Amino acid sequence: MSEEKPRTTKKALTLLLIGVAVGIIFWGGFNTAMEATNTETFCISCHEMEANVYKELQDTVHYQNRTGVRATCPDCHVPKDWVHKIVRKVQATNELYHHFMGTIDTRQKFEATRMELAQNVWTAMKNTDSRECRNCHNFDSMDYDKQDARSSTRHEDAAEAGFTCIDCHKGIAHKLPKEYDPEKDIPGQSIFYRN
Amino acid sequence: MNTMIKTATRSLVLALTLTSAGPALAADTTVIVDPQRRDQPLDGASAPVERRQVEVVQGGIARSYKEQPPMIPHAIDKYEISLRLNGCLKCHSEETYQAEKAPKLGDSHYLDRDGKRLDRLSMRRYFCTQCHAPQFEGTPLVDNAFEGRR
Repeated sequence: MSEEKPRTTKKALTLLLIGVAVGIIFWGGFNTAMEATNTETFCISCHEMEANVYKELQDTVHYQNRTGVRATCPDCHVPKDWVHKIVRKVQATNELYHHFMGTIDTRQKFEATRMELAQNVWTAMKNTDSRECRNCHNFDSMDYDKQDARSSTRHEDAAEAGFTCIDCHKGIAHKLPKEYDPEKDIPGQSIFYRN
Repeated sequence: MNTMIKTATRSLVLALTLTSAGPALAADTTVIVDPQRRDQPLDGASAPVERRQVEVVQGGIARSYKEQPPMIPHAIDKYEISLRLNGCLKCHSEETYQAEKAPKLGDSHYLDRDGKRLDRLSMRRYFCTQCHAPQFEGTPLVDNAFEGRR
């Protein structure tokens, strides 16, 4: 009896150690894999992204600018915090499905679907108060004195009215859909969000 | 007969070519300045664009004469005027100008060429920058006391 007790403890300890090791490998592997899918290289490994949205991004301030700060795909399109990131990653399986189905594998098909795709993103950003924009941009961090008079007035008004970045800043990193009508997109009265 | 006419035509063409080529050959010694590329070689990269600030004027830039299309008192490089859309209309159209606190398009912009009023911006007026332009901040080369009209 007295001989068996240390053996049980030993067994339990070994089991625990194996558990910890396996846990580290699996959890680490999972996170590494998730990080690997969270890079621009991964995003543009799909022709749909590389030939359309990535090409368009290259002409914008989010790709090249005075100070050399660049935003890559996941910076704007994948949430930073873990819970929302997982939710987004699960949603992305739908994108994989359509990639293999070839839903938007030509420029024509992409253009025909662009309004729907854009509205998905606009609506998501509207619902999260442009969370991904706010990883870098924030009303509270803006020095209104350093902005153009026009920008500072509009930003102050927008902050007061409770508008969010995407209400005014649509089509800043990619081309706007041909169905988009700027006259129907007054902040607060836009018809381009889904409910 | 045919050959004779052909030869005559040929010599006439030759003579005409020679006479018209004369002045061009003489002009070869003068330096031709290409107003757009200046002295940049055609097969090389163009010269870097001079960075200048667009003038931002609260309340707009004064007009110089009565029917002058107003100048644009802000930067417009982020607004697109294309087949897809006209970015200026985001603020300046009849539907949006109040919410955006921006000046509205002139009424004339809704008339077609027969003077008939349209519901939407007339396509003759679609390309705003054909008449309206932003201004770069520059120092006047000479003193000027001219005052435009408001």
